[in-house]
Amino acid sequence: MAARPPEGSSPPADGRLPDGLAESRADQPLSLYLHLPWCRVRCGYCDFNTYVLPPKAAADVVPAYLDALGAELALAARILGPRRVETVYFGGGTPTLLAPFDFASLLRSVRAHFDLAAGAEVTAEANPETLSPAYLAELRSAGVARLSLGMQSACPAVLAVLERVHTPLRAVEAVAWARAAGFSSVSLDLIYGAPGETLVDWAGTLDVALAAAPDHVSAYSLIPEEGTKLAARMARGELPYPDDDDLADKYTLADERFEAAGLPWYEVSNWARLGHGCRHNLAYWRSADWWGFGAGAHSHVAGCRWWNERRPEVYRDRLRSGLSPAQGREELTAAQRHFEQVLLSLRLAEGLDMAVLSGPEAVRADGFAAAGLAVVGRRGPGRFLRLTQSGRLLADRLAAELLD
Amino acid sequence: MTVPRPGQTAPRLLRNFSIIAHIDHGKSTLADRMLQLTGVVDDRTMRAQYLDRMDIERERGITIKSQAVRLPWRVDGEDYVLNMIDTPGHVDFTYEVSRSLAACEGAVLLVDAAQGIEAQTLANLYLALEADLVIIPVLNKIDLPGALPEKYADELAHVIGCDPGDIFRVSAKTGAGVSRLLDEIVGQIPAPAGDPAAPARGLIFDSVYDSYRGVVTYIRLVDGALQHRDRILMMSTQAAHEVLELGVIAPEPVKEQGLGVGEVGYLITGVKDVRQSRVGDTVTLAARPAAAALAGYRHPNPMVYAGLYPIDGADFPELRDALDKLQLNDAALVYDPETSAALGFGFRVGFLGLLHMEIIRERLEREFGLDLISTAPNVVYRAAMEDGSERVVTNPSEFPAGKVAAVYEPVVKASILAPAEFIGTLMELCQARRGAQTGMDYLSADRVELHYTLPLAEIVFDFFDALKSRTRGYASLDYEEAGEQAADLVKVDILLNGETVDAFSAVIHKDKAYDYGVRMAQKLRKLIPRQQFEVPIQAAIGSRVIARETIRAIRKDVLAKCYGGDITRKRKLLEKQKEGKKRMKTVGRVEVPQEAFVAALSTAGEAERA
Repeated sequence: MAARPPEGSSPPADGRLPDGLAESRADQPLSLYLHLPWCRVRCGYCDFNTYVLPPKAAADVVPAYLDALGAELALAARILGPRRVETVYFGGGTPTLLAPFDFASLLRSVRAHFDLAAGAEVTAEANPETLSPAYLAELRSAGVARLSLGMQSACPAVLAVLERVHTPLRAVEAVAWARAAGFSSVSLDLIYGAPGETLVDWAGTLDVALAAAPDHVSAYSLIPEEGTKLAARMARGELPYPDDDDLADKYTLADERFEAAGLPWYEVSNWARLGHGCRHNLAYWRSADWWGFGAGAHSHVAGCRWWNERRPEVYRDRLRSGLSPAQGREELTAAQRHFEQVLLSLRLAEGLDMAVLSGPEAVRADGFAAAGLAVVGRRGPGRFLRLTQSGRLLADRLAAELLD
Repeated sequence: MTVPRPGQTAPRLLRNFSIIAHIDHGKSTLADRMLQLTGVVDDRTMRAQYLDRMDIERERGITIKSQAVRLPWRVDGEDYVLNMIDTPGHVDFTYEVSRSLAACEGAVLLVDAAQGIEAQTLANLYLALEADLVIIPVLNKIDLPGALPEKYADELAHVIGCDPGDIFRVSAKTGAGVSRLLDEIVGQIPAPAGDPAAPARGLIFDSVYDSYRGVVTYIRLVDGALQHRDRILMMSTQAAHEVLELGVIAPEPVKEQGLGVGEVGYLITGVKDVRQSRVGDTVTLAARPAAAALAGYRHPNPMVYAGLYPIDGADFPELRDALDKLQLNDAALVYDPETSAALGFGFRVGFLGLLHMEIIRERLEREFGLDLISTAPNVVYRAAMEDGSERVVTNPSEFPAGKVAAVYEPVVKASILAPAEFIGTLMELCQARRGAQTGMDYLSADRVELHYTLPLAEIVFDFFDALKSRTRGYASLDYEEAGEQAADLVKVDILLNGETVDAFSAVIHKDKAYDYGVRMAQKLRKLIPRQQFEVPIQAAIGSRVIARETIRAIRKDVLAKCYGGDITRKRKLLEKQKEGKKRMKTVGRVEVPQEAFVAALSTAGEAERA
């Protein structure tokens, strides 16, 4: 979740949605995100809403927070009514700091309040250093079937700059354990463009990652987020800022290697074997309905976005007092929804449905195709704009240019 | 005995004088003390720099517009009337200074006892001597710990040719010596010697627009008299007006029935524009006009031009209105609309000099709330064409491209005053600015006055800053127009993706063209964001490219991460970028943010050129 909450209006204390909104979405699938904000140590580049969990405090803090998550699930069920849940995602933080039975109990809570579909995708983010074969087997039994492993890099120097505590090959090992434990889909998270990383370093990371034969890879360029230790070191000149040309080279290399390994791109920063695209993340990118539970989590239902209190104690206290933990909210105008649709679908391989474009926007879209930045594909009667590799590298600029 | 009334004051009781001083040497403070000592302002209503009306004047401690105050002063039982005529204190306003001095019989030469005389003061002193004024030399700030009254008294005595013992010492701040100085003004400065019976001739030494009263004209009656309701004639324009009001400043305006020979006062005719009542012009009576105007009238000519553009194009009408309003009060300000492909709609504005330009720009921004972008200032060039025709160039982008027989640029006679230790560095600086030394005088053992002829164009960029930084602030500069010279000048164009950016064209001496081209190209490469295609930046003289830089095509403009919580933030970021795009100017298919133009132009003169 993003570092700073956006500016929005104050949501009602009981969290209810604008009139008629929940009812109008009753038959739509729902995705759930559960935020588990703790880590053993804070990585210098991370701007997520995370907190170091002192081992002694864990016994008090964690159960209270999990209770609050349960209370928010009950609140969501009251507001939305019965909904079919297609994906559940445990994110963090380091969710795998929790015991497997905590996952089991949270999933029981989900089932108690919603209709968790039989084929639902249930993912947990994991840091390799928290895992063991036994832990993974229990996590699988608890109902988690998809694992997203924070590998980041296979280069020790890069891991050191990122302040990651695991050894380079631990993630590869964890993939094998996950397979053995019966996880149906395993993803690796990679970061490129850390200070000092060469193109050769990155190629090495790609080799190691692909050798582990993941079903899915996310590869993000390092962003020095405001307020992080990393950004401060860059501002002081201790570390160089990422160079856009270097990032473009690394993106291009990764895209080619993944594609060749049978993992075509389906989102700007995500690649997967067919059928292994992350359905939960796709829900974000397709502007489906999703509810984020936990401190600082964001939610979206049919053009209404809101976000929770960031501090876990405040979040917990609000729910204890029977209040919605939402801290800000915005109701998107039709123009804003269009803006988001263009912005998000241009990032997807399935592309942007050109039927939603205005006349001038469609003309510009054809211009992108003529310039080699996109191709126009047909699916049935529809035309879809799909960015090429060079177009993807300019996706933000193209979205801004395309829109009226 | 009572204080003589305006219109009924015997000339022998009048003393008209100015104070010549450098900025910060304490002129306004001395004037404040005189107002108090003569009793025209009581201690309760006194405020610092009482006579300086505009905020900018008070903040910068400089006086832009002069005023004349009538002060009563008794010496040996007789009541005299002193007219203190304030003078502007900067090089750009030399002509106005000369008219103020022409309205006087004497001048107080005021010099800071801790700093000594400065170049502009010296120049104004020469103007006063040329006008045959009696000079009363005064050292001010004698109470300061750093004051060196002996040293600077010697220097002043050397400059004027008097005895160091004749130099007055005052502290305008404490008032010490000021009363005696007033006595001395009565004693030393001659009474005016006009002909009371001759047809009226009044010298206009200042003209100020007031939004309630229209133009207030300050005059010194050289001959004859003027009465309320007289019909007057401006001798340069032959325009006739009725005197709706006349009076004196004491120090607030006081209506009177008439002004007599030798007197100083103001008149109001209802005209709305200072250009109809010009400094230096002669006022006479329509019914009984003088045969000849007073000598010395000159039409002010702009020396420096710059393009002024609103940063927001929608502000163009506001800029026009603002310039119209400022012109009511500033006969030297000229402007014409112009269009720049890079900057949009704006004005080419002519100024007397750099300070004038700075003041106008600051007033436009401060008083009218405008955000402006200004092109680099340039001088006026005269191009003699091969076919015998001639072109006057006030905008470098209009500099003729070929078939030019010769180009002439304005030159100035400059004098620089500085401690002698800086002679070497100053000579280097002037040499680098194409200066020719014409002389050097020692004011004292360790202070020297250097005389140079310099192209005005070399001064309008950053000469003054360079001068100050090379002399730790000790040097002072004065210059006056000194005709023109033929010079080897070329126009350097800056091309973006093959298209000339008109706002960056500059007329430069051939030997410096390369430097300018390289510097601008490098600067623009850093300022212009990467585009989706490679953008060449070239500097060219005609079709010959003298410098080239390349902005490589952008390859990456996408944020990798886009989770649920990032979507709102991302949308807002893109919305903001789209807004920013609206403020971009497109030149040669290249999108250039307004800020890049501002940055490129505002620092155009900063690089080390000398």
